[in-house]
Amino acid sequence: MAPPAPIVERARAAFRSGRSRPLAFRLRQLRALERMVTEKETEIAAALHADLHKSECNAYSFEIMGVLGEIALMVDMLPTWVAPQPVSKNIMTLTDEVYIHREPLGVVLVIGAWNYPFVLIMQPLIGAIAAGNAVVIKPSEISENTAKLVAELIPQYIDKDLYPVINGGVTETTELLKERFDHIFYTGSSQVGKIVMEAAAKHLTPVTLELGGKSPCYIDKDCNIEIACRRVTWGKYMNCGQTCIAPDYILCDQSIQNKVVENIKKTLKEFHGEDIKKSPDYERIVSKHHFKRLVTLLEGQKIAYGGETDEATCFIAPTILTDVSPESRIMKEEIFGPLLPIVTIKSADEAIQFINQREKPLALYLFSYDKKLIKRMISETSSGGVTANDVIMHYTLPDLPFGGVGNSGMGNYHGKHSFETFSHRRSCLIKSLAMESVNKIRYPPNTQRKLDWAKFFFLKRFNKGRLGLIALALLGAILAVVIKVAYS
Amino acid sequence: KQPRLVPGTEGISMNPYVGLVSSLRAAWLSGKTRAAEHRVSQLEALGRFLDDKKQPILDAMASDMRKPPLEAELSEIILVKNQVNYALNNLSSWMKDEGVDKNLVTQLDTAFIRKEPYGVVLIIAPWNYPLHLILVPLVGAIAAGNCVIIKPSEISSRTEKLLAETLPSYLDKDCFAVVTGGPAETTQLLENKFDYIFFTGSPQVGKIMMAAAAKHLTPLTLELGGKNPCYVADESNLQNVANRLVWGRCFNAGQTCIAPDYVLCSAETQEKLLPALRSAITQFFGPDPRESPDFARIISDKQFQRIRALLGSGRVAIGGQTDEKERYIAPTVLADVQPSEPAMQEEIFGPVLPIVTVPNVDEAIALINSRERPLAVYVFASDSKLVHRVLEQTSSGGFGANDSMMQMMLLSLPFGGIGSSGLGSYHGKFSFDTFSHHRACLLRSMGLEPMNALRYPPYSERKMGLLTSASEIKRKGTCTLL
Repeated sequence: MAPPAPIVERARAAFRSGRSRPLAFRLRQLRALERMVTEKETEIAAALHADLHKSECNAYSFEIMGVLGEIALMVDMLPTWVAPQPVSKNIMTLTDEVYIHREPLGVVLVIGAWNYPFVLIMQPLIGAIAAGNAVVIKPSEISENTAKLVAELIPQYIDKDLYPVINGGVTETTELLKERFDHIFYTGSSQVGKIVMEAAAKHLTPVTLELGGKSPCYIDKDCNIEIACRRVTWGKYMNCGQTCIAPDYILCDQSIQNKVVENIKKTLKEFHGEDIKKSPDYERIVSKHHFKRLVTLLEGQKIAYGGETDEATCFIAPTILTDVSPESRIMKEEIFGPLLPIVTIKSADEAIQFINQREKPLALYLFSYDKKLIKRMISETSSGGVTANDVIMHYTLPDLPFGGVGNSGMGNYHGKHSFETFSHRRSCLIKSLAMESVNKIRYPPNTQRKLDWAKFFFLKRFNKGRLGLIALALLGAILAVVIKVAYS
Repeated sequence: KQPRLVPGTEGISMNPYVGLVSSLRAAWLSGKTRAAEHRVSQLEALGRFLDDKKQPILDAMASDMRKPPLEAELSEIILVKNQVNYALNNLSSWMKDEGVDKNLVTQLDTAFIRKEPYGVVLIIAPWNYPLHLILVPLVGAIAAGNCVIIKPSEISSRTEKLLAETLPSYLDKDCFAVVTGGPAETTQLLENKFDYIFFTGSPQVGKIMMAAAAKHLTPLTLELGGKNPCYVADESNLQNVANRLVWGRCFNAGQTCIAPDYVLCSAETQEKLLPALRSAITQFFGPDPRESPDFARIISDKQFQRIRALLGSGRVAIGGQTDEKERYIAPTVLADVQPSEPAMQEEIFGPVLPIVTVPNVDEAIALINSRERPLAVYVFASDSKLVHRVLEQTSSGGFGANDSMMQMMLLSLPFGGIGSSGLGSYHGKFSFDTFSHHRACLLRSMGLEPMNALRYPPYSERKMGLLTSASEIKRKGTCTLL
């Protein structure tokens, strides 16, 4: 791989030219990306199939539809979002212009992950472009077909200098991270998240880290177990369990453990038929390395269902483990595979304690008819996001910020949150060169009388609604005259 | 109840702050600080602290850096009380769950953003506004429901002492603690895991903070510094410009992060500006500013010597007098300074204003853009087009036209830097949001399962078709997954 410095420098020079800033330019780039996705849908699906055995349907719903929806949202809302935002004034600034001006940060680095390799590059990229930045794109090398396709397609549709794609492995990424960026957006593991943040610290670069963790899934005795299990099955085994917000493990009472197992089994047959290996809708593990990692997690566990593996095709059947010990290895790391441990607990309180003793996860899931319990469990735990009585779905609302907390990440994105993440909110106060008399109360020499006036001006805030803007302006003008007379 | 050690910190039992951090974490886990009543009581207590201790605060400021009483009262008490009262007035609306737009599939669900405290927060402040820069972030951290460790600067030692001795008695000692000490103690404190770090200080130390935060994946806000340029256009009347510049440059003897750092103007304007600046200085501080009670001193010998060394840049057009014993540096203007000279290489943080002449605004913008992005860019011009040009073509934390510093007084504006002048922002509601985790919540029902059927395998062309048409709904109902 070529050294990254000249590529980053070119992106910076392109940013400095100012061409990524005008609204019309941003919209053009976004529409071009939209064309790219619709015109090259087949190629994208093929790459995803080659990398993860994703079916065309899966690819469309999880990677392509989301991207198109996000672009549509941006194109629709961007004119509103880029406009200067006036804010409320105090009496001293009544006649001034006061607003927040949203500006691009500069050159942004987006590092993607391999599990949803297309959308995890595209969605941050869309936000960064919408906010007017140059973007250096670094897809995950592990999903190599998608990485290659992204490098081929992006320059065909959008500005080559502003949005370069850089491919490579750990060495190349380390080199890339030595460069100075104005924001780094990273999706991946907490371990590597620390390395990214450390590299960013050297340049005081702000970061958004979308990391992971073990997302707990609590199933209450008081719920519709059949429906809960159907939803959990869908969320757990999609993409062969390789989803950052997949329910990682189940917490439930001993008395319903068997029922849970039976219902998941039933649902799996519904979804994939008798021989899941033959189902076109079931993915594979991305690499031999992860395959081996997952197989070792099975050691010493009670397999209630599944457990079949085939190294040649990186196939692991949807697996359920029962009576799992909290101390076992499978409960110490994010599974990121189709293995579902069930840990039994005696009460919701015990579940809350269990969750709080561990690192804050990306998502919390809970199933119960008891609304009060749901409210309480949410209040007494912390996580990036929550879906109650389902899984995954909070990801799908563009107005909800998507991100982690603690070990599961910092910052968030999606929809307007992407735009804000990649923007700088610049505070602007535009005064006039005249009206000097109002300023005299703050200039030395200082007297108690001046301080009393200062207190009045600095402490009082007015609600526009209460007095009316005209009345306020009049008041300001009168005060200006009064002070001028008093201090002339 | 034995507080459980946080995962990842087992190896630092020799660290002197482990016990303190653990006990605050236990208080956090007890949920005490989450209740609105507790937050209100702590904020009210802060208000009382400011009222009760007004004189000791003014005395401490006077002792630390001869801060004039009006400056101290304004910056350390009035502005802080403003934030306290604003938080108290708005807390209940800030704490409310924020509803969001839903798509077709989630129409019958409840979707909202829940603002949650992070947990145990660390606030580190510098010496120039030693109370303000502790308490204003503290207001935000308390309002957001966190437990907080406060680390004031040891350099403003009287204020540090005042805070350590009197603040804890106003606040819930289980949830809030003051830690004193220097760099060694701060380093040890930082080895512990915090859930948020708020640091105000230099970019150099900011990097150390962020590296320490990275080890624990702790999110942070860094309020740093830089050289805030002031472009002065060719105006007919420069007296108002001079007044505003002198006020901003000399407040707290120039030891302010958003003070005008240097002036950019044409040679003609420089010549007209100098007498106006001289006049403003005399008007504010009298013929000998050393005699004026309204002019502060430099905080330390180290800072004094550093600033004094900058006086060799350009030529001293106004002032230039210093007194080492008093750590007095006169309000000084350096004319004809070159961009390569020492006064243009570091943040001045003193009452010294270099003027660098540039032929036109384009050159000024080019010079500004060739340097690190500052906390503020200032323009003095009656031409609104010119003002907006500088705004559009530069980048900085904040922007002020025809005045200096005033943008930080408005609670409705976010206060923060960009690039090496910082990351994140605060003040008013932005403080509350800074110290809160924004948790996405979606509450669904267990009914209506047939609606989910579209998303389950086995997939078929028919399902694809339905999915596509469902996703064609425009903005108000845009589906991303279904």
